[in-house]
Amino acid sequence: MNFYRLQVLIGIDPSSLQAGAREIENTFQLEIARHKLQDEVNLLETGSLGYFGTGVAIMIYPGQITYVNLKKEDVPEIVTEHFLKGKPVKRLMLGQAFTSGYNFNYRRRIVLENSGLINPENIREYLGRGGYESWEKALLEMKPVQIVDIVKNSGLRGRGGAGFPTGLKWSFTQPLTVPQKYFVINADEGEPGTFKDRLIMEGDPHKLLEGLMISSYAVGATKAYIYIRGEYRLCINRLQKAIDQARELGLLGSNIFGTGFDLDIEIKIGAGAYVCGEETALIESMEGNRGQPRSKPPFPGVKGAWQKPTVVNNVETIANIPSIISHGADWFRSYGTESCPGTKVFTILGDVYMPGLCEVDMGTSLRTLIEEYGGGIRDDKKFKGALLGGAAGVFLSEKLLDVKMDFNSLKEYGAVLGSGAILVMNEDADMVDMLYAVIRFFRHESCGKCIPCSKGTQKLYRIISRIRYGEGSEEDLVSMIRLAQAMNISSFCALGQSLLMPIRSVIDNFRDEFLQKMDKKYKFSREAS
Amino acid sequence: MPELKAQDRRLRELINEKKQMRDPLMEVLHGAQGIYGYLPQEVLENVAESLHIPLSNVYGVVTFYDFFYLQPRGRHLIRVCTGTSCYAQGASKLLAMLEEELGIKLGETTSDGNFTLSTLMCSGACSLAPVFMIGEEIFGKMAEPGKIRQIIDKFRF
Ligand SMILES: Cc1cc2nc3c(=O)[nH]c(=O)nc-3n(C[C@H](O)[C@H](O)[C@H](O)COP(=O)(O)O)c2cc1C
Ligand code: SF4
Ligand code: FES
Repeated sequence: MNFYRLQVLIGIDPSSLQAGAREIENTFQLEIARHKLQDEVNLLETGSLGYFGTGVAIMIYPGQITYVNLKKEDVPEIVTEHFLKGKPVKRLMLGQAFTSGYNFNYRRRIVLENSGLINPENIREYLGRGGYESWEKALLEMKPVQIVDIVKNSGLRGRGGAGFPTGLKWSFTQPLTVPQKYFVINADEGEPGTFKDRLIMEGDPHKLLEGLMISSYAVGATKAYIYIRGEYRLCINRLQKAIDQARELGLLGSNIFGTGFDLDIEIKIGAGAYVCGEETALIESMEGNRGQPRSKPPFPGVKGAWQKPTVVNNVETIANIPSIISHGADWFRSYGTESCPGTKVFTILGDVYMPGLCEVDMGTSLRTLIEEYGGGIRDDKKFKGALLGGAAGVFLSEKLLDVKMDFNSLKEYGAVLGSGAILVMNEDADMVDMLYAVIRFFRHESCGKCIPCSKGTQKLYRIISRIRYGEGSEEDLVSMIRLAQAMNISSFCALGQSLLMPIRSVIDNFRDEFLQKMDKKYKFSREAS
Repeated sequence: MPELKAQDRRLRELINEKKQMRDPLMEVLHGAQGIYGYLPQEVLENVAESLHIPLSNVYGVVTFYDFFYLQPRGRHLIRVCTGTSCYAQGASKLLAMLEEELGIKLGETTSDGNFTLSTLMCSGACSLAPVFMIGEEIFGKMAEPGKIRQIIDKFRF
């Protein structure tokens, strides 16, 4: 193997491709060859480097020096100055563009530990970082029930929104003695503002696969599916490649490691319905039906896909499993809080300098996330509020800036962690308009199976449209909350039940804005749809 | 029409390939739409028959999901994201600019059959808000008409 003096990683994801990543990669190759540096400098493709809105980015080791917003014209300078003479080009380095102290937090990463560091399309690089050792350990040295116990003791809770204890969920399915069980990864990620699962899969697909293998073995599933939304083309391609590579090395297939255990993984592609993220609807969709929820009980863990016991977990949840197996439950508990151990991947969006994602300890405060990881509020504006959890989330005001971001702390304030999306809004944001966007989303995504939700969302849409046009009254606020409460009690699935959260929280926290809109009667020029 | 024949042949291959799978309807529909650009009546009948699924079920599925189209679309499908992040960063303005640039309203197709304008609920590229997609390509941080025109022009022929 060659010993390279410099490792240069170029982040390949939809946004960098759009900014011309391929052309820049080619230019680097040409320049490196021109200076005869090909034996000293290794240029590698990796997943997203995690700096968003920064165009094409590369990272160079040693030193972890990062260049962002690269143009083709910048390449010769980097090659001659940095690669050849060893003098980093300050002007293009990350950090020069922002005055605020941006925090990358590489130290405490679990699910993203390899993202941006390895080439996700090459299984050897994952193996080189200890990949698939946990799979080997689990399958050769551990009994399924032991794995379930470790996961229970680790305190891992589902990262798909509800925070249900993962080990407990598995313990319902593990003891069942039936010929066929299934494991399903929920990679539907339809919540607006959420793309953490996409980046986990794009940056390190083998991590998810390894987690899925261990999890399937733990509950006794011999067939696993990854249900992924159709828009995520790059993810789908990378995962398929990863599955093929794993199969080739005998990590998947029949009689794995000679243990007699068989496992295969297949990708199922969704077709753009938010409700299909709900686990029973997802199963319906996998079976080739309209993706409408089923009644629970029976829970999928007992009767799921094709009426067989089926465990459904989120991508991020399962990406934690390999590390828990290799380092143990206590190690995992050294991250996060007592009741919510581990890390959480957040996407920070909206009016901040550096919209993007980060992985931090559970229980990190909202303020820290916005200021350190989001780079602070853009353009010297003031913070007004945040929408946590995409659409089925809550609006928080300034009062809660110091709230700890974990399942339990947020619950104390009637808020939820949800999918980990944080949409930050500055003083100019129009909260009435934001609620309109949320209700519009629900109206569009209501699957029509039950009356409270399908009619309720339509009615709410009419009311919020009226208010938005300056024609609402204070009673409208009361009737919106009443209607959402009725939906909360009587809707068939969590989609219709959860609309109460955004409506109540935005009216509680920003009531004045709603009243103002009624007063001024200022009109909107046009509708969004 | 030789072109149609080629498409039909590809559909046949697709169905044969996916038939092995358990409940392959969604996969076949994804593939069929890739071949024809939308899902014409005959194709649905063909799929229903080959997979031994009642036609009414096939319709039920096709109409449930946003991704499937029963009507032909323009050569390029433009979808503006109206998810919460994009909305907060000016998705309605972006939509208005696109309507202006293309001379059509939301849901319509340009008279040359080149573009159809539609919306979607989140493309998963929220950090680039506001976002629109042309086919499978994502374009982000779209706030100026000039920039939008540049992109659209690349897709005109
Ligand atoms: C309307 C709706 C949409 C959902 N969307 C998702 C999703 O996109 N991804 C996800 O992992 N869970 C989603 N969930 C939660 C799932 O039903 C399920 O709880 C989750 O996949 C369980 O995994 P976890 O325990 O690992 O979190 C959704 C739930 C509802 C009600
Ligand atoms: S609550 Fe809404 S999404 Fe859920 S089943 Fe009823 S109509 Fe469908
Ligand atoms: S909200 Fe527009 S891409 Fe997510």
